[in-house]
Amino acid sequence: MAGFLGREQIIARPGFNRWLIPPCALATHLCIGQAYALSVFNLPLTRQLGVSRPIAGDWRLTQLGWIFTLAIVFLGVSAAVFGKWAQSEGPRKSGVVAAVCWGLGFLVGALGIHLHQLWLVYLGYGVFGGFGLGLGYITPVSTLIAWFPDRRGMSTGMAIMGFGGGALIASPLSDFLMRHFASATSTGVAQTWVVLGFVYLAFMLGGAFGYRVPAPGWKPEGWVPPREDAHALVTRHNVTPADAIRTPQFWLLWLVLCFNVTAGIGVLGQASAMIQEVFKGRINASAAAGFVGLLSLFNMAGRFLWASLSDKIGRKATYMCFFALGTALYALVPLTGRSGSVALFAACFCLIISMYGGGFATIPAYLADVFGTKYVSAVHGRLLTAWSAAGVFGPVLVNYIRQFQIDHGIPKSEAYNVTMYVMAGLLVIGFFANLAVKPVADRYHEHSDPIGARGASGDRRVMA
Amino acid sequence: MAKSHQGNRKSNGKWKLALAWLAVWIPLAWGVVETLKKAMALFGSA
Repeated sequence: MAGFLGREQIIARPGFNRWLIPPCALATHLCIGQAYALSVFNLPLTRQLGVSRPIAGDWRLTQLGWIFTLAIVFLGVSAAVFGKWAQSEGPRKSGVVAAVCWGLGFLVGALGIHLHQLWLVYLGYGVFGGFGLGLGYITPVSTLIAWFPDRRGMSTGMAIMGFGGGALIASPLSDFLMRHFASATSTGVAQTWVVLGFVYLAFMLGGAFGYRVPAPGWKPEGWVPPREDAHALVTRHNVTPADAIRTPQFWLLWLVLCFNVTAGIGVLGQASAMIQEVFKGRINASAAAGFVGLLSLFNMAGRFLWASLSDKIGRKATYMCFFALGTALYALVPLTGRSGSVALFAACFCLIISMYGGGFATIPAYLADVFGTKYVSAVHGRLLTAWSAAGVFGPVLVNYIRQFQIDHGIPKSEAYNVTMYVMAGLLVIGFFANLAVKPVADRYHEHSDPIGARGASGDRRVMA
Repeated sequence: MAKSHQGNRKSNGKWKLALAWLAVWIPLAWGVVETLKKAMALFGSA
């Protein structure tokens, strides 16, 4: 069984169509992207015992918030710890493990909801699900980069777009299922989680079994690897994950990702409340939900468009755009609020969120450029700890600054202004961190195995 | 005979490719449409 799942078994035959790989990657990411839609279960979970309204003994929102936090923390942990394993074992095996973890997470979580044992929900969705998230997130990255060395940004952007798109599917699907299963004695959440667990398991397994890795030395027809010059960021050498984290470039990119994500994630979590408070009396809860939906669409589209653009203008220039344009937009937001223009306000945030998504989608290609393709999943896995940090840091920053402002007598409609300037400040730091990224020093390169001699597939048989 | 076998493989490949893309784009397109419907509420009030 293990052999059947191994990398050696999925080396593509000559003539294999590389465009079969992105749908497999999308299948994985569309499933794990459900994590962004977890909040649809929040209110029903607070009335599991009372069903129509919360009663004594029902879970509180503050307790439920830990489910998502745990999942994001375990995403970072599993990506960092198992990134190297995922890359060496190949996408089929790591995809299957990710599918099992993610599906099992829902099933154990459903049992926890049914028995009203919150620790089981934490263990299921938070721990098992979090592991599935991390493994599933990094699984397709190196495979896509190996198949699309000529379009690294576009290919990984397409997969990571799926992570943004997953919420667009999960949110209405969960609503539909909960309505279907709801009764006088049940909110329908546990049954919904059982169905989602099996659907996601099947879909992710389908993706995992579709993966193929290119044969050693394979390259797209007519593609010539770019010549390396001393000043170019795109290297043909490889840096091992252990060495990568010793380079200043890794930590600069860690800051780049962390600040880009912090700026976006804080706003995403508060978007509904923010637009209602800034335009009090004009935007109701339903219109605010529409705003959140619009942000999700731009989050998804930005992943593909910005990452594809990075193939043309380079990763560093793409991040320069994110930071420069993002700073200007964040500084502009308070003005749009004061001007009373909902359209301008929404347009600013749509662009900001597109760059938030673009930051996630462009980073794997940036890492492949700087550290080489051989260990890109493992290095990417370690860099994703920046996401975990931002996941905690961003919302806390936005919430505390807002509360501080309100406590000091600032009207609610203006309570977000300082937050916007702080976000702009974070992006300025990110701008300089990105500016400081230079090619990795030669002493960190793995000299025994330049990429040109081995192909981009990371095949272990050749490495040995 | 060999030529027709190769032709079959090519056409199978095309079907496989189309099915793989449809399997991911159909749910995604449904999600996008549902989200756009929700987003209309914002345009209505703006």
